[in-house]
Amino acid sequence: MTTVAVKPATMAQALTRALRDAMAADPAVHVMGEDVGTLGGVFRVTDGLAKEFGEDRCTDTPLAEAGILGTAVGMAMYGLRPVVEMQFDAFAYPAFEQLISHVARTRNRTRGKMPLPITIRVPYGGGIGGVEHHSDSSEAYYMATPGLHVVTPATVADAYGLLRAAIASDDPVVVLEPKRLYWSKDSWNPEEPAPVEPIGRAVVRRPGRSATLITYGPSVPVCMEAAEAARAEGWDLEVVDLRSLVPFDDETVCASVRRTGRAVVVHESGSFAGPGGEIAARITERCFHHLEAPVLRVAGFDIPYPPPMLERHHLPGVDRILDAVGRLQWEAES
Amino acid sequence: MTVMEQRGAYKPTPPPAWQPRTDPAPLLPDAEPYRVLGTEAAAKADPELLRTLYAQLVKGRRYNTQATALTKQGRLAVYPSTTGQEACEVAAALVLKEQDWLFPSYRDTLAVVARGVDPVEALTLLRGDWHTGYDPYEHRVAPLCTPLATQLPHAVGLAHAARLKGDDVVALAMVGDGGTSEGDFHEALNFAAVWQAPVVFLVQNNGFAISVPLAKQTAAPSLAHKAVGYGMPGRLVDGNDAAAVHEVLADAVRHARAGGGPTLVEAITYRVDAHTNADDATRYRGDAEVETWREHDPIQLLERELTGRGLLDEAGIEAARQDAETMAAALREHMNQDPALDPMDLFAHVYAEPTPHLREQQDQLRAELAAEADTEPEGGTHR
Ligand SMILES: Cc1ncc(C[n+]2csc(CCOP(=O)(O)OP(=O)(O)O)c2C)c(N)n1
Repeated sequence: MTTVAVKPATMAQALTRALRDAMAADPAVHVMGEDVGTLGGVFRVTDGLAKEFGEDRCTDTPLAEAGILGTAVGMAMYGLRPVVEMQFDAFAYPAFEQLISHVARTRNRTRGKMPLPITIRVPYGGGIGGVEHHSDSSEAYYMATPGLHVVTPATVADAYGLLRAAIASDDPVVVLEPKRLYWSKDSWNPEEPAPVEPIGRAVVRRPGRSATLITYGPSVPVCMEAAEAARAEGWDLEVVDLRSLVPFDDETVCASVRRTGRAVVVHESGSFAGPGGEIAARITERCFHHLEAPVLRVAGFDIPYPPPMLERHHLPGVDRILDAVGRLQWEAES
Repeated sequence: MTVMEQRGAYKPTPPPAWQPRTDPAPLLPDAEPYRVLGTEAAAKADPELLRTLYAQLVKGRRYNTQATALTKQGRLAVYPSTTGQEACEVAAALVLKEQDWLFPSYRDTLAVVARGVDPVEALTLLRGDWHTGYDPYEHRVAPLCTPLATQLPHAVGLAHAARLKGDDVVALAMVGDGGTSEGDFHEALNFAAVWQAPVVFLVQNNGFAISVPLAKQTAAPSLAHKAVGYGMPGRLVDGNDAAAVHEVLADAVRHARAGGGPTLVEAITYRVDAHTNADDATRYRGDAEVETWREHDPIQLLERELTGRGLLDEAGIEAARQDAETMAAALREHMNQDPALDPMDLFAHVYAEPTPHLREQQDQLRAELAAEADTEPEGGTHR
């Protein structure tokens, strides 16, 4: 048997393939946003789509986020499945009124008569040395809005699978794409059929017994690294990659915490009123009697995203995670 | 050499593809609002259309007074009346073909009803039993929209999508004068013009945004002038002249249908009632102003034209009134029945499938309702 060497794909390429496959499979799928056509998006995720499917299906819109999302609402009302690109996390904010007042609740306010199958792709998070407004982690805003699904891939295969699932969903889905993982590669072979992940399932990335790291998106590789480093301390850490923030997979998370008795939630966005608070509360409510220590959070500081030369002090790294795990052990012993 | 010294030599060259779209002059609105009633143009108007408009105006006025009365009886939480604005409401509904779409603001219940939506279903938002009572696809009417101007980009997107599919569909979107200050107004008009989407924007300039008069809203010569900057025609029309509003909107709809792109129509009218029943209009305007506008009443204007030309007599007027009374009586009767509410509906339509945490909350409410039913005396009602 001859094996053909296939270059592993990057996350950005997997996303492109997801868009292309979705557009080929369903003529209702339309890609739209700023610079998504000729340029292929500033991260090249929409590369080649305008050429392949025409500018009517991969459209460079005027530069207006509320307009992009607002017209997508009308297009979805007429039976299309718009996939909207917001150029950067912080530039999605002008579209928030459309998002919150219409995208998220039109199904509900019309008693299910008018579902809006819109996918909103948002490159998010820091770690790429971006200047101000290019590194926000805005997941808490999306999570706090009923009616939206929120997913965030950490692997190349998940990027493909989750984006396909988002486009196929009859509900609006915010796909948070960790931009510092756009160029990451893993073992996924893009020539192989990729699974379409059902939205709402977390996955255990690494089994362990001492404690669970609960994380998602850009912090997954950091937690995997922390888990490796923890072996030197004699700690065997389990890493749970949430993949979907809404719906939230209590089952997988709680099963893991019940096994390990200890949990640390890790994410880039601030801890105050952030996703970690919600996750810690859910674990406490459901697994209190299994816990050996309080659920801790390792998060970004509660500050506006810092300038690039300081961001390494802000982002949760391996040391901070290990430090938190250490505190878990200590509290358990005292 | 300083920048100032260089100035004479500096010749900006526009980017290669730049072209002024068109001579802006044809896009400019006329200086005076377009009128039909009481002018020579009236002779050319179709008498059948005028009579239909009249019957609808009379009905529309009665609908407004009935709905306002229902707020006083506590049957509606709130009602933003369109008394005085019926010509715009009715014309907006009548110019559309069956396959076209209407995008109303929260004030435009009357247009929604004139389009054929059941009056009770059109009022659920204002009664408070559900946000949208009607199926938007049944009559192609988007949900009544409360945030200002956000429905405008929806209209553009829908019209654009229909055109991409090759369907003959025009979208007509309604907005108030205050709404034209919102960013979504700008973005919608810009998208519509760039995409040449088959959309008609109808601004009902009724003088006020709650208490704020137009002069504090904009410094533009007129709201219709705003069209020029986007590259679409702006039309100014007397919003109390039903024949004129109908004609201008019909022109705009034809233009859009023929692939000519969007039009911005400003109808100059007046909000005779307060903003809603909760508003005290005496704080920001005098009776004299309101009286002037009452004399320019849309029903009176049309009635005068029709009777003057022998197209309507006392019997015809009476018939229209009777028709309106029948509608009002039916509305009263239906609105005086308590709506059937199922609290479990709270969770039914948040997502296609409830998420696990919604299912938990659903179970909680179900248990609460069961407990409530247990403790209630036989035949008891909910508090
Ligand atoms: C985005 C937004 N801001 C504020 C309000 C509160 N509000 C409701 S109606 C209104 C005035 C609207 O005036 P106008 O657009 O002229 O419409 P009209 O009520 O005269 O029909 C305001 C400020 C709102 N509904 N939406």
